[in-house]
This record gives sequence, structure tokens and C-alpha cells, in this order.
Amino acid sequence: MTAHHNAPAGNGRSDDDEVISTTGRVARRGSFGPGGGAGMPTEKSKNFGKSLPRLGEILGHETPLLIVVLLLTVTSVVLVVLGPRLLGQATDIVFDGFQAGEIDFDALHRKLFVIAGIYLGSWILGYTQAYLLAGAIQRAMFALRESVQSKINRLPLAYIDRQARGDLLSRVTNDIDNLAQSLQQTTSQIVSSVLTLVGVIAMMFIISPLLAAVALVTVPLSVWLMKIIGGKARPRFISQWRHTGSLNAQAEEVFTGHAIVKSFGRQRDVEARFRDDNDQLFEASFAAQFIASLIQPAMNFMGNVQFVLIAVVGGLRIASGAITVGDMQALIQYARQFSQPLTHLAAMTATFQSGIASLERVLELLDADEESAEQATTPNPGPVRGRVAFEDVHFAYTPDQPLIEGLDVVAEPGQTVAIVGPTGAGKTTLVNLLMRFYDLDRGRITLDGRDIAGFPRRELRSKFGMVLQDTWLFGGTIRENLAYGNPATTDEQIKEAARITYVDRFVHSLPDGYDTLISDDGDNLSAGEKQLITIARALLADPSILILDEATSSVDTRTEVLIQQAMKALCHERTSFVIAHRLSTIRGADVILVMDGGRIVEQGDHEQLIEQDGPYTRLYQAQFAGQAT
Amino acid sequence: MSLRRLLRTHLRPYRNVLFLVVVLQAVQTAATLALPALNSDLIDNGVLTGDNAHIWRVGGVMMGFSAVQIVFAAIAVWFGAKASMAFGRDVRRDLFHQVTDYSAREIGRFGAPSLITRITNDVQQVQSLVVLGATMMVAAPLTMVIGIAMAVREDAGLSLILLVVIPATVLVLGQVVYRMVPAFQKMQLRIDRVNGVLREQITGLRVVRAFVREPEESERFAVANTALTETSLRTGRLMASMFPTVGLMVNVSSLAVLWIGADRIASGNMQLGSLVAYISYLIQILMAVVMVTFMVSMLPRAAVSAERIVEVLDTQSSVTVPEQPVRSLAEHGALEFRNVGFRYQGAQEPVLHDVSFRVEAGQTIAIIGSTGAGKTTLVNLISRLFDATEGTVLVDGVDVRRLDPDLLWGKVGYVPQKAFLFSGTVSSNLRFGRPDATESELWQALEIAQASGFVQAMPEGLESNIAQGGSNVSGGQRQRLSIARALVATPEIYVFDDSFSALDLATDARLRAALEPETRDAAVVIVAQRVSTIAKADQILVLEDGRVVGLGTHRQLLDDCPTYAEIVASQLGEGALA
Repeated sequence: MTAHHNAPAGNGRSDDDEVISTTGRVARRGSFGPGGGAGMPTEKSKNFGKSLPRLGEILGHETPLLIVVLLLTVTSVVLVVLGPRLLGQATDIVFDGFQAGEIDFDALHRKLFVIAGIYLGSWILGYTQAYLLAGAIQRAMFALRESVQSKINRLPLAYIDRQARGDLLSRVTNDIDNLAQSLQQTTSQIVSSVLTLVGVIAMMFIISPLLAAVALVTVPLSVWLMKIIGGKARPRFISQWRHTGSLNAQAEEVFTGHAIVKSFGRQRDVEARFRDDNDQLFEASFAAQFIASLIQPAMNFMGNVQFVLIAVVGGLRIASGAITVGDMQALIQYARQFSQPLTHLAAMTATFQSGIASLERVLELLDADEESAEQATTPNPGPVRGRVAFEDVHFAYTPDQPLIEGLDVVAEPGQTVAIVGPTGAGKTTLVNLLMRFYDLDRGRITLDGRDIAGFPRRELRSKFGMVLQDTWLFGGTIRENLAYGNPATTDEQIKEAARITYVDRFVHSLPDGYDTLISDDGDNLSAGEKQLITIARALLADPSILILDEATSSVDTRTEVLIQQAMKALCHERTSFVIAHRLSTIRGADVILVMDGGRIVEQGDHEQLIEQDGPYTRLYQAQFAGQAT
Repeated sequence: MSLRRLLRTHLRPYRNVLFLVVVLQAVQTAATLALPALNSDLIDNGVLTGDNAHIWRVGGVMMGFSAVQIVFAAIAVWFGAKASMAFGRDVRRDLFHQVTDYSAREIGRFGAPSLITRITNDVQQVQSLVVLGATMMVAAPLTMVIGIAMAVREDAGLSLILLVVIPATVLVLGQVVYRMVPAFQKMQLRIDRVNGVLREQITGLRVVRAFVREPEESERFAVANTALTETSLRTGRLMASMFPTVGLMVNVSSLAVLWIGADRIASGNMQLGSLVAYISYLIQILMAVVMVTFMVSMLPRAAVSAERIVEVLDTQSSVTVPEQPVRSLAEHGALEFRNVGFRYQGAQEPVLHDVSFRVEAGQTIAIIGSTGAGKTTLVNLISRLFDATEGTVLVDGVDVRRLDPDLLWGKVGYVPQKAFLFSGTVSSNLRFGRPDATESELWQALEIAQASGFVQAMPEGLESNIAQGGSNVSGGQRQRLSIARALVATPEIYVFDDSFSALDLATDARLRAALEPETRDAAVVIVAQRVSTIAKADQILVLEDGRVVGLGTHRQLLDDCPTYAEIVASQLGEGALA
């Protein structure tokens, strides 16, 4: 017996001993409650320090509801705790009656009805509480997903370009799902477990202070065990969710590049790579799972030790007539009720750890640096004429590799400016800078003489219509995709633009016409057809300035000639930037800029450049070389 | 039931481990269950009779049982966790294997976002169930059975209560589960959708920003998000009803025990100690019911997920591997299309119709035609990304469907229209087709692909990082690396699907000149838009609406194929025709 008393004291810390001594008296039980409740977070705060307040932030909007949930929980816990006490009293009626030779059935039945009422009440409270909590958590998760999505809209492209898409996706689906599940499982349980613990302890003290003290011997040991195990589980959970993310990334990448994997016969190798990561995920999740599941048996053990202690001591007390059998029965039930929330609490900390590990991954994304702050010296730019000037522009994607150095270009309103040059010369980079996808290192770009850095990004971008090399369409109908830049577009306008860009021609042969759904990866359209849609889309946005970056590279040249006829009129009143390799595309441009190594090496119109007999002429001749055969 | 099948097939390798878990859990549970009996013994024979020695002895035995219990439980948990996590790993591995085996058709059918959800989120759901199963599958039924047996032994009459309580609980839980299954079915679909929308938005970020569509995109996401939240809420609330209800059942039945028990004690049919023990057993039995409830609450989602997993595992690639593949070939580098036709599933019009040509090693065939003519579809049939629906594609004189896939893929070097690089390094991408290529071979390929210059300029040369999809190199650079990747593989048949149009003309010309000696012994298929790229080809195939409208050399076609003449004219001006 003494051994049992000493074991926890030896292992425990001094404040644990205090808990036992201060709770030795019923009158002071109140001081234990908050102490015991607050003890948990402080111990964990070393680990969770940063994430926990953030969790509060995420759940912040649900505060009123959470308070209601808390009140309901408190009330239902009170009822749950009262239950065994009354049941014990009922047992005493039976016991006393048994001793007296006649049981007072009326009193017993009355008591039982009261208890039934209490149980029913606790059912209603418990259900309402869980129902409301589910709402609060799901709404908070909704908001969390929303904020991740809007965060993606504010992140610099440089950040997104670096990220593995699948890992980002995993954070939004797997991690938020895990967080929701763990919150759903833990929030109310943690509250009710803590409260039940407090209540049960109080009731035990009311029945028998000595037995209560005996029961509490196991508490410090339990808390210590919980802390050890919980601390070990945490890094494993972090690793588990990180590996889930990287596995998701791998799957995403391989499924996207499926054709390449297939035709290079690399199925086995990507599988081997997947298997490596999969094994690591296995190791991490096994360790996390093992440690987390260890808590339950450990707490069970503590519960059993406590059960034995109460039985032994209680037995002796009954023998000496200090307590009644009914009290003993209630005590044992309380002891069970006591170890149960403790076991729960322990199991919950593991689940909670897993949820927090996921939360941290979501926060990592939410905390990433955003696009540079808007300076907005020109908050309302109004309509623009379309004079674009690059003035001494310097830019590098990576600091040690300057790409553009001291670039000066002027495009007058209504001009078509063509940019040609070898790949990697920085042509697409000009577009990135113009649209402010990336910020300049030095110099400035002006629109109608005003620095574009002073425009709100959205205002600036709305002045431009862009057709890119990568033909991105979203999963919707062709009509919706065409109207993408201007949802107010009428059907007539759509048809007109589609006719000009030869979209109409192939749309007519599709069974559902303009309502044809573009599938996930757009497999039902050829690359050229997609490109035509992107051209029509840009036209419908009716921008002041058009950017065509290899806009027709996948379109056959006959169609291109026809489109160009139509586009000539459209480009007439707007400034256009055209990047193209096909010289036929750009021959008619007002200014042709020949770029190399981030600089303009030559500029002029087609005739002037041919006359200069420089790099442009060589490019042009390369085209003739092919025709010479 | 998909869930049962998935568990049966994928837990099979761990059945020994699981058997061990069962044994360990059985001992553990038995030890736990023995405790109330000992306690009852303690009360009846120790406490009530005042036998202190008995109390000490039984107390000691109880401690012993507790020790046994924790040791066995810990070992059981170790093996249980191992088996269930290994189960998850195996399912993921098999899913991944199955999907990489798919042809483009099956990938399109499921959609990449859904496949991604299935391989992580859905597996997670089933795995969670297995984890729970490994700990509770033994404990719950055993607790229940032993609990019932002990309770009946203690007092058979009272046990009639169990006959009411247990079926009632099962009925209530069944009701909830019945309503949860369809909700979870919707839920996984909606996770797919959230995944899909977000993936699209990340991919198209430039366009979204350029068109200032962030608010609309947020709106689109919000629709998917709201739908997901709705079903999550529905399942969450259904689940919320489970535990309080089961709790109520537990409590009400202990009331019934007291009510009826009091009668039985009064009539002398029952001992008082038995009543106390009986309530303990009852609580134990109903704890088991709660455990079962917990498992049951996870069952609907796991079942839905299992269905989605099994659906993927059951879908066979439409491009099948022959049973007795041809492994050795007499010819080398010959490609032939014999009356090939192709029609997408469900489509009315064929994309390709009656295409025939033959190209020998050392020859080049160029394919030209208007947008949507079927050029990409045609080349996709060579490496069996799809199978022809009519006619045959022959490589080295053998139907590609009869060839060993590895042999086929080793022969064909494919450069897609949209250059796709994997995250990793320049060298890991280049070695994609041939992992054992030496560094000098890589440089040679880069040299030919006109890519050595910019790779040299990269800070870490061959070991420079490539982001997913190659987003950190320019479009033209990406295309040239993709060409170099095919060159490293030294295939016998090169397939360039419009791979040169992202290159400027000078680079294109240099590249083709450098390519020539390299492909001397190989057949080359070039899809192109520019006449200059293909004018020198041995044969030019002119495709129009999926039909061959011309096949011959540049000269021949200029004379007798009006479509070709039009294409040439569109590029070089009328004057060039003369």
C-alpha cells in the first residue's frame, strides 16, 4: 500500500503533491478544479504555443455558439455526475430495506423516476451540444478553406510556381479534413472530460474523503504518462501529415504527366519512388499510431490500479463500518467514471496533436508572404490610352542570374509591338512584369506616363487582355470560358467573337455546341482549338491593351492567316504586344523588337530590319532556308 | 460489399499478425473483465464477512491482472498499428500501380483530382477504420460476450433486460448509419470537387489574375466549399446523435436493473453483492456497445471510401498487356499504320479515319493539318496512350498491341506538344527515359536540343532544380529539355508532336540540323505547323478532319494536294509557290 502511495509522489513534481494535499478537504475542492483544468494547456503550451491561439482565432467567429455549447456541456456533465450519486442512494434504499427485511419500493421507484428524468435531460443536452458543435466546427472549417483559397489569390506567383501543387491541395483537403475530425472528436470531449473529472472528484470527496484521496493517487502518474506519450506522438504526427502531403504531390504530378510516364516506360520507376515515400509515410504513421494508441491501455492500467486501491481500502472501511455498501458501489462507479474521462482525455490529446499538426501545415500556407503591398498612388486610373513604356527595367528571377538589364521600350497607343528573339531571351518575362505577376528590381514601367506600381493590381490587369502559351481553360462550358473575362457578355457578342476567331467552326461540330463541357484536362479539345478559345476569350474581355504570347503557336497557319485578318481590325484601336516565333505572325507589326539576353538588340518595322541585315534578317532567312527545298 | 472485399484482399498478408493481435487482445480483455468478478468476490467474501486477509489476497490478484493487461495491450497495440498502417500503405501502393497502368482514357474518366483524393483521403478513411478495428475488434465483442455470460451467471432473470437493450441500441445505430451512407457518398464527391476547383485555380493562376477574375473564382470555390460544408454538417450532426443516445440506453438500463433487481432481492432470488456486480457487468457490456458505436460511426465513411478505392482497383486499363507479348523483333525502327481509325468513347464521328502509311528507319514522316485534324491523336496511338479502334498500328512489323509494352516504350521517344517536366533536377528529367545515361551523353543530348547553353548558365548546371511542370524555366527551354529527354533515351522511333513551334526559327533550324545525324537509323514522326520544319521530310502526310488528303514529298504535294498548297501559301506568301 505504502509503495503505491510513494510511487507517484516520487515521480511526480511538487505541485502534483500539492494537489493531493490541498484537495484533502472537501471545502477546498473548488481550488482543484481550475488548477487541474489549467494544468493541461500550460504543459502543452511549450509545443503548441503558436498554434493554439491561432486555433482560437479560427474558431473565433463561433464564440457565442461555443459558449452555448460550453454551458450545455457543463449542465449535462452535472447531470451525468449526479446520476451515480442518486443511483447509489437508490442502492442504499434496496440495501437498507434488505437489512430491515422490507424494501421501500415507493421511495425506490420515485428515486428511479427522478434519475430517469435526469438521464433524459442529459441526453437532450448532450445531443444539442454535439449538434451545435458540429455546426460551429464545420463553419469554421468552411472559413478556413475560404481563407486558404483567397490566400492563393494573394500569393506571389513566384511562391506558387515553386510549390508542389499536390502538397497545396493536400493541405486544403486532407489536413483541413483531419483538423475538422479531430476537433469534432476532441472539443466537446475535452471540455466534458475535464468537467466530469472535476465533478466526479467533488462527489467522491462528498462520499468519502479518504477514498477520494486514494483514488487521486493515480492522477499525477496519469498526467505524467500522458505528457510523456503525448510529447512523443507530436513529431510523428507532424511527419505523418508532411508525408501525406508529399505523397499527394507525387500522385498529382504523376497523374498529370501520365502520358510522359507511360511513353517513356517509366511506370516502374515512378512506382519505386512512390513506394519510398509511401514507406516513409508508413513508418511515420505507424509510430504516431502506436504511441497514440498506447495512451489508452496505459490509462486503463491506471484506472485498474485505482479500482483495486478503492476496493481494498473501501473493503476495509466497510468492514469497519465507516461507509455503506451503497456508498461503496457509488464510489466504484465514480472511480470508473473518473478513469474514463482521464482515458478519454489522454486519447484526445493524441487526436488533438494530430489535428494541430495539420493545422500547422495550413497555417504555414496562410502565413506565407503575400504579393508586395499596393502603393496605389493612382487608385482610380480611369480609361487609358495605352501608351506603355519600359524605362531602364532590371529584373532577375534568381538574384545571381540577371535576366533583364536596363531595358527601354516604348509602345505608343494603338501600336502593335512584336517581340522576337531566341527562347530564354526574356520575352515572356516582359509579360510577367507588365501584368505585375513579378515585381521589378529596378526601373519602372509606365502606362500613359504613370508608374504601374502605383495602380492597384486589379485595375492594372483589367486594362490588359492576355493570351498565353499555356492554354488554361476552366472546367465549365465553352460559353462560360469565352465569357470568362467579362461575364456580362451577350450571346451575340460571344458568337461574333467566336466567328472571328474560328471557334464557331469547330464548336458547331460538337454535339452540345457552346454548352459542351470542357473536361478536367480538356482532352475533348485539341491544343489548337483551346488556343482559339483563349484568343476569343481575350477579345471578349475588350481590353485597352492586348498581350499575345505565342497565342497561335498551336493553330495551323491557314486558320492563323484568317484570324489575323480579323484581328487586325481589333488591334487597330488598342496597343498590342505580340510574342511569336512565326515571322508570318508579326510581319505586319508597327515595331518589331528583337531581344537577346534580356536586351533589345534591334528594333524597327519589318522593312527597316531587313534593310539593317542584322539578327532579324538571319531569323527571317532561317524561315526561307526551309522553303528553299 | 466493397469494404469487406478490400479488407479481405489487403489484410490477407497480415493475417498472422492480426491473429496474434486477437490473442493478445483476448488475454487483455479477459484480464480486464475478470476485475469486476474479483471485486464482487472482494465485497461478498471479504468486505461483508470482515475477512481482511481475503481482501488483501484478492487485491493482489487484481493488481496482477492489471499488469498482465497493460503488457498484453501494449504488444497488441504495436502489432495492430503495424498491420493497419501497412494495410494503408499497400492500398496506396496498389492504387498508384493501377493508375499508372491506366491509359489516358481511364485517367480522363476518373479525373486527376478524384484519383488524388482517392489515393490519400479515401485510403485514410478506411485505414482509420482498420486501426480502430485492430484495437476494438476483439475487445468489443469479447467484452460483450464475457460480460453477458458473467451477467447471466450472476443472475439469469435480470438478463432479460439485455434482450431489450441490445436490440434497441442496434436498431437506433442502424437507423443513423442508414442515413449516413448517402451523405458520405456525397461528401467524398464534394471533396473531389473542392480539390478539382482549387487545382484548376492554381494551374490557371496567371489567367485568373490577368482577367481579374479572383472574385468569381472565389465564388466558384465558395460554391464547392459550401456544398462540402453542407454534407459535412449533415454527417457531423448525424454523428452527434449517436453518443448521447447510446449513453441514454446505458443509463436507462442500469435503472431497469435496479428496479427489477430490487424486486428480486426482496423475493430472495438474488444476493445484494450480485446486484452491485451486475451493474458493473452491465456497464461493461454497454461500454462495449459504445466501442461498437464508435466503430459504427466510422463505418459509413469507410464503406464509401472503400467503394471508391475498389472502383479504381477494379478498372482495368483499356490498353492491355498481351498475354504472350512479342519480345524480339526482326526489323528495327519501322512504323506502319494500316487503315487505322480512332473514335473516342461515345463520340459519333471518328477522330481518325482510314489512315495508312509506312515509315522505315532513317526516314522522316511529317504530319501537317489544320487545328483539330487529329494529328495528336494519331501520334498517341504509336506509344499506345490509346489503342486504335480500327485497323492496326505496327512497330517493326508487329501490331503494337502484341508487343511487350516495355519493348515498345523503349523504342519510341516521345516529345509531347505541351512540354511537361517533373520536379527534380535537369539531370533527373533527362535521365527519365534511360536512368543509366552518362553525364556526357546528357550533355550531348542537350547540345543537339540546343539546350546546353542555358543549362550551362544555370547556377548548378545539370543539378539545377526544376519545379513541378518545369514552371521555373521558360516555355522554349522547357520544350528543348523535353526534346533532350527523348534524345537521351536513344529510341528507334522519334515522335515529335508539334514540339518545335515553341522554338524560334533559328533554334528550330539548328536543332533539326543537329538532329539529323542522330536520327539516321531511326524513324522520325514530326507533327508540325511550319512548312519550313517539314519541307525536307521523306513523306508528308496531310490530315484534314481525320482523313489523309495527301501523302508524298513537299514537291509532289505542292502539285497535287490543294490543302497542302494552301498551307504553304499561308506561310510563305503566294510568291513562294512559283
